[in-house]
Amino acid sequence: MDFEKWAKGDSIFHRASPQIKITGAVCFCFVIAACQQMSSVLAGLVFVCVGVLLAGIRLGSLLKRLFFVNLFTLACWLTLPVTVRGTTVAHLGFLSMSREGIHMALLITIKTNCLVLAFVTLLSTSSVADLGHGLRRLKMPQKLCLLLLFSYRYIFVIHDEYKRLKRAALFRSFKPTTSMHTYQTYGNLFGMTLVKGWQRAGRVQDAMCLRGFTGKFISLDYTNIRLKDWLLLALLLCCTTIIILLEYRGVVL
Amino acid sequence: MRPVCLRLENITFGYSSKNMLFSNLNFELSVGKIGLIGQNGCGKTTFLHLIMGLFQPEKGRVYLDDRVIKTRDDWRYLRKYVGFLFQDADDQLFSPTVIEDVAFGLLNLGDSPQDARKKSEEMLGHLGLSGFEDRLTHNLSGGEKKLVALATILVMKPRFLLLDEPTNNLDADTQTRLINIISHLAIPMVIISHDWDFLAQITSHIYRLAHGHLHKSETGCLHTHPHVHAHGDHPHDHGGGEHD
Repeated sequence: MDFEKWAKGDSIFHRASPQIKITGAVCFCFVIAACQQMSSVLAGLVFVCVGVLLAGIRLGSLLKRLFFVNLFTLACWLTLPVTVRGTTVAHLGFLSMSREGIHMALLITIKTNCLVLAFVTLLSTSSVADLGHGLRRLKMPQKLCLLLLFSYRYIFVIHDEYKRLKRAALFRSFKPTTSMHTYQTYGNLFGMTLVKGWQRAGRVQDAMCLRGFTGKFISLDYTNIRLKDWLLLALLLCCTTIIILLEYRGVVL
Repeated sequence: MRPVCLRLENITFGYSSKNMLFSNLNFELSVGKIGLIGQNGCGKTTFLHLIMGLFQPEKGRVYLDDRVIKTRDDWRYLRKYVGFLFQDADDQLFSPTVIEDVAFGLLNLGDSPQDARKKSEEMLGHLGLSGFEDRLTHNLSGGEKKLVALATILVMKPRFLLLDEPTNNLDADTQTRLINIISHLAIPMVIISHDWDFLAQITSHIYRLAHGHLHKSETGCLHTHPHVHAHGDHPHDHGGGEHD
């Protein structure tokens, strides 16, 4: 498991404060998601492509990520052109493909890729820990931020515990097949992982209490927002505004 | 000045009322380092948990100096002065980064974030962990996790330390490093361990926990043999004679 393969680097995005990036990403993504005009989403795609280049993200791993995302858009391409009514452009046997359907599938494809690339550029360039703190500084509910931070901290530990149990089963000649024995074994594996996770949660809570925890988390709060962070936010909002203007102009025209 | 003292008086405790783990157990820690040995499941960890208030005894009391520890505030007071190192460092390190974890206790005690950061950095430097501040806790090696866990306790300047199998699963180098750190600490402590060599190096007294009672002996009696021994799991004296 690697959630942070793009988090290390020295680009403008890597150095920016996470709360600025979260704010920018949320504004940008809401606008892109609401856009209906091809010109505005294309402009969004250009912006995020420039962002990806600036962030210096390796193309190979990025294409792999996009491949999985586009498996979803493939489903749109298979269904929308033949189900959305409109001007027919081609016939496939008894099915007819409409211009509107193709337009919609293309729009969804560009939007999806645009959103993924925006998240990659803005959020994947921070560690999960930084994002958790960023959310906390944005005054998001403390419990949700902590849930994110704790899940992130312990998902590796719980995954390791699961792997250990699975290895123990494999070393005793367990071979998964389609049988009740296999289902039962996997049931036991998940059950034991859950029990171990529960026990660990108890021990972690004990450890926290022993160091004076009374329910209120106090943050070290060490990154301040600098001028260049504000400049980055202004740049992101500018891009978003251009997209809104293009969308608005497109509607008027 | 009379040394401060952590005392357990007539503690009775069991996980079920039929099967009592301890009955009328007494214990006192004021100076020196005490080793605690005993067979698996004899209640060594439970004993430390009782001192920290993670379990409540059915009978008996815990005292810190002359203050009886009863209410929630009392336990908070005790935990301010007694540091507890868990067997599994993953239980202790829950913050994403090392510096946040080390500062956690200080922030809870009311230190300002600036002070907490400064003290935490000093403590990490003191334990030879400078440069670890922004490392992610889950990426540390087992030995590093243990040392950071110790830093999270020591930074709170405890007056007593309870260490639950601190050398477990550590390589020889990290063990040596840990032994070096612990032996230089002038804090009264109880150390649970199955590693008798380690206890013989560090502690002045050994207690053996068996059948709910503590049996005291000198460290000099503690030794292991390279051969099978009928009483090998009990500290005993050979009367000063050489043995091989």
